[in-house]
Amino acid sequence: MVALSQERLVSSTDAPVRRFSPPTFDRIFRFASLASALLVLIVLLGIIGSMIYGGWPAFSEFGLSFITSNVWNVNEDQYGAWVAIVGTLTTALIALVIGVPLSLGIAIFLTQLCPPWLKRPVATTIELLAAVPSIIYGMWGLFVFAPLFANYVQIPVSNIVEGMPIVGTILYARTPSGVGILTAGIILAIMIIPFIASIARDILDQIPSVLRESAYGIGCTTWEVVRNVLVPQAGVSIIGAIMLGLGRALGETMAVTFVVGNANRLSGSLFDPGSTIASRIANEFNEAIGLQLNALMALGCILFLVTFTVLVLARLLVSRVKVG
Amino acid sequence: MSTIALNTSSAVGKAAAGNAEAPVRIAVRNLNFYYGDFRSLKDINLDFYDRQVTALIGPSGCGKSTLLRTFNRIYSLYPEQRADGEILLDGQNVLSQNIDVNELRARVGMVFQKPTPFPMSIYDNIAFGIKLYERLPKSELDGRVEEALRKAALWDEAKDKLRQSGMSLSGGQQQRLCIARTIAQKPEVILLDEPTSALDPISTGKIEELIEQLRSEFTIVIVTHNMQQAARISQFTAFMYLGELVEFGPTTKMFMNPAKKQTQDYITGRFG
Repeated sequence: MVALSQERLVSSTDAPVRRFSPPTFDRIFRFASLASALLVLIVLLGIIGSMIYGGWPAFSEFGLSFITSNVWNVNEDQYGAWVAIVGTLTTALIALVIGVPLSLGIAIFLTQLCPPWLKRPVATTIELLAAVPSIIYGMWGLFVFAPLFANYVQIPVSNIVEGMPIVGTILYARTPSGVGILTAGIILAIMIIPFIASIARDILDQIPSVLRESAYGIGCTTWEVVRNVLVPQAGVSIIGAIMLGLGRALGETMAVTFVVGNANRLSGSLFDPGSTIASRIANEFNEAIGLQLNALMALGCILFLVTFTVLVLARLLVSRVKVG
Repeated sequence: MSTIALNTSSAVGKAAAGNAEAPVRIAVRNLNFYYGDFRSLKDINLDFYDRQVTALIGPSGCGKSTLLRTFNRIYSLYPEQRADGEILLDGQNVLSQNIDVNELRARVGMVFQKPTPFPMSIYDNIAFGIKLYERLPKSELDGRVEEALRKAALWDEAKDKLRQSGMSLSGGQQQRLCIARTIAQKPEVILLDEPTSALDPISTGKIEELIEQLRSEFTIVIVTHNMQQAARISQFTAFMYLGELVEFGPTTKMFMNPAKKQTQDYITGRFG
């Protein structure tokens, strides 16, 4: 019926067919898409606002010593974030020290050396690593990795370094249980590898092949091409990729809570248990009331601020080279 | 069409006549090249003479760049590409398994379509290539860098900013930097793959002048799409079509009096 009437319309008036779409619909559509975009911003601001509001009593009660004090005593209502801050930074740093070389190695292998038939399997495996839920890493870390780590690394290493200066402190386990700061760092390293590796791979792929050819063209070996030409050319965006990994390592909660040991003391040894901001919050949130809850909120504020800064910087660095 | 032929013939007068008495530097024998299963060079036999400029011309896809890329084996970066036959550089087959490709590439330098300065200073762009193969004291290295920049006619423009990034130069200067980087290694042969296709006419003119000067020291092979350029700067020209060598001879003869009708048609712009 519709087709018929349209056909008659065209043949009778000879004017082009005009489909009617009321202008009001377009206006509603525009408003709806603007609203979805704004919603994200509002949610983000809401979270920041409520965190600051919730954490404020702790900040005003303890002042700057909330950050610098390493006392966290629920019975006496004394709270200081230093142990958790140090634990967060140390585990993230360990994760970077282990994860970055491995990730760059993977990215370089995939873009420069990998035979075409092997490319897809390796790349897919890396991406699957990112798909493993963090609770799985935590369980695996606690039940499988930690006992092995205690038996084959902590105990032998502690025996060797006992009594030595510096390493005798850093690598000595008083209670070789397998869990601790270093274990958390290692698990985190495995978790951030897929992120750094896949971004670094994309960055290296964007470098024009003619630059690579001209580096080989003056007689460079693969190592010289990568070290002197490709990595400097990728430059700051590689640092951006690393910082994206860092952002993830700082905020990771579940896996770390399983393996970090959740001890509230500052230790010089990487083998000793410790805690991170995220693990502290996860452990105590259930029973927290009053000032303790405020202190946890304040911890959250600090973590949020740190990861937010890291991620913003990372995005800026990564996007800078993609444009240029 | 006739105007092109006219321009070309007047340009031919400027280039020095080819010297077929010169010794053969590169001898290509029964060369075949494959991209996977596709055979893109078919039984090429061709000689390149010592300290002469040889231009490779032909329509896009005829295999001229592919031929150039076999001389330093840069194609071997891509596992699906392979060559068989012989390419004798001073009598030594560069396609043979026991050639050290890195050393070969220092002996056979290459300049690409687009300028490719390395992400380092102007000085280091040149010193980097030298340091790969020679251990020199600083003063001698400085001398070599200056010499290379002078030969590439870039010294006057770059001498006050040697520590600045190579990217800070203009496109034409970058391309001369790439040439300087290549000649700093004192290669025997220089391969130029359409070195002026990304440059403006003034920069192109400078590069062409430079090639004319470098001829006294190096054997040069240049791929070009620009017929006048081939006529202006080369002593020998090879015309390729669909992976085959159609005709090879002194540039004067190729442009004034080609033996084959196909060559005639191409250089007068009737196809391609």
